[in-house]
Amino acid sequence: MSAPTLTHVEGITPDTTSRTGLREGAFGNATGLACRECGHAVALGPFYACPECFGPLEVAYDFPAVTREEIEAGPRNIWRYKALLPVPDDIEQSPNTEPGFTRLLEASNLAAALGIEKLWVKDDSTNPTNSFKDRVVACALSAARELDAKVFACPSTGNLANAVAAAGARAGIKTVVFIPSNLEHPKQVNSAVYTDSLVAVDGNYDDVNKLASEIAGEEEGWAFVNVNVRPFYAEGSKTLGYEIAEQLGWRLPDQVVIPVASGSQLTKVHKSFQELIKLGLVEEKPYRIFGAQATGCSPVSVAYKAGVDAIRPVKPDTIAKSLAIGNPADGIYVLDICRETGGAVEDIDDDAVREGILLLARTEGIFTETAGGTTVGVTKKLVETGQLDPTLETVIINTGMGLKTLDAISDQVGAAATIAPTYAAFAATGIA
Amino acid sequence: MSVSVRVPTILRTYTGGESEVTASGATLADLLEDLDTSYPGIKARILDDNGALRRFVNVYVGNDDVRFLDNLATPTPAGTQVSVIPAVAGGC
Repeated sequence: MSAPTLTHVEGITPDTTSRTGLREGAFGNATGLACRECGHAVALGPFYACPECFGPLEVAYDFPAVTREEIEAGPRNIWRYKALLPVPDDIEQSPNTEPGFTRLLEASNLAAALGIEKLWVKDDSTNPTNSFKDRVVACALSAARELDAKVFACPSTGNLANAVAAAGARAGIKTVVFIPSNLEHPKQVNSAVYTDSLVAVDGNYDDVNKLASEIAGEEEGWAFVNVNVRPFYAEGSKTLGYEIAEQLGWRLPDQVVIPVASGSQLTKVHKSFQELIKLGLVEEKPYRIFGAQATGCSPVSVAYKAGVDAIRPVKPDTIAKSLAIGNPADGIYVLDICRETGGAVEDIDDDAVREGILLLARTEGIFTETAGGTTVGVTKKLVETGQLDPTLETVIINTGMGLKTLDAISDQVGAAATIAPTYAAFAATGIA
Repeated sequence: MSVSVRVPTILRTYTGGESEVTASGATLADLLEDLDTSYPGIKARILDDNGALRRFVNVYVGNDDVRFLDNLATPTPAGTQVSVIPAVAGGC
């Protein structure tokens, strides 16, 4: 069998898990890809859809014994978990943005405001390009390298474009990023600063995604992080779960609230918890996973509340653009996980998203973007509606940085007073 | 009634490697039948055992996802383009 490069046509590889043609250990302890729907096995390579049923492909592993001590001795970034990711053992030698190991902040002020006894915020706004996307992109970059990609690309709602453009610059690989043309201006600037190949597409994210899939099928040597190297890319989100467990002292939380766009992150956090249990790195215990959506793009929440498995795609209409995926590929798995673990999927309107942003900022000093505002607002609603147990230890994930979505709240906050430079004028404001 | 059909790489084993083929039919269902006549087996990759669109495949007539139109009953007049694309996504 020849090397599975990005010029290879996906789906026509023989049914094998052989890694012939790849550098030895190119994907670490990964052994192959497997269809999540029908179990069909596919070789490691630039393949993302099952040739039998179009189902998503998942990375399968044969993990060695891994100890807490080995992980703790690793670097303070996601590569401390490299044995659990589809990356080579020498991954730290290749230039990358070294994301992860972000802070897990005990949020007692927010907890008090929400009526929750113990609450933490996993704050991924402190990653190199200020969102969790640096994690997944770092794993996709490794796959792109191993597959000898010439172009590193993505369709994006913004944060991913930022992360791809920055990682490509650091790695010295050409990047091309595609975004909806109506994307928040700061997110456009945050990508364009790293690359001269930002392409704004007249359409919503789903339109951009369709275009990217078509380009991936036509252009040789392109690694679209969330298309043809998606199985490797998505695995990067597992590191959020690993870090939460390690930072809690190698134990799992009781409840986690996670924003849902495609649903990938939520499924990977669940997968990470299961892997930690199987590897004996944490004690097995029940945990509940909750999904958060904005009402203007809430197909998973709608299906959850209706008690059905089928997710009906929607046309997004929300300020939470990083969650505005109307046809969520992992939505059905989100439903399964939230139902199995005793969690739920909930949604809030855009006003509540803005309130969530302000609440987190004014209780914990964290300026989150609209996705984080959605997560905070949904957590509040989950408590108010009795779906989330306020006596249990809860973690919420903040996926991004508010400076990228200033428009969302710029008309809600501002100077409390404009005064002459005199004490008398200040005293008259009543602020003292 | 010729319609251009864009074929994803995953299905090009059925079309001899062609990324774009032609077929005809008044509706998407008819079109897929005609496509299967020219490229036997391709329809079973797009539709499930119940004859519905597979969960992880998106079909577009023009720029519109047929799930927002009339699914398999969506008209496919001559000159339109049909695209078959595996479902993928970014975001969280």
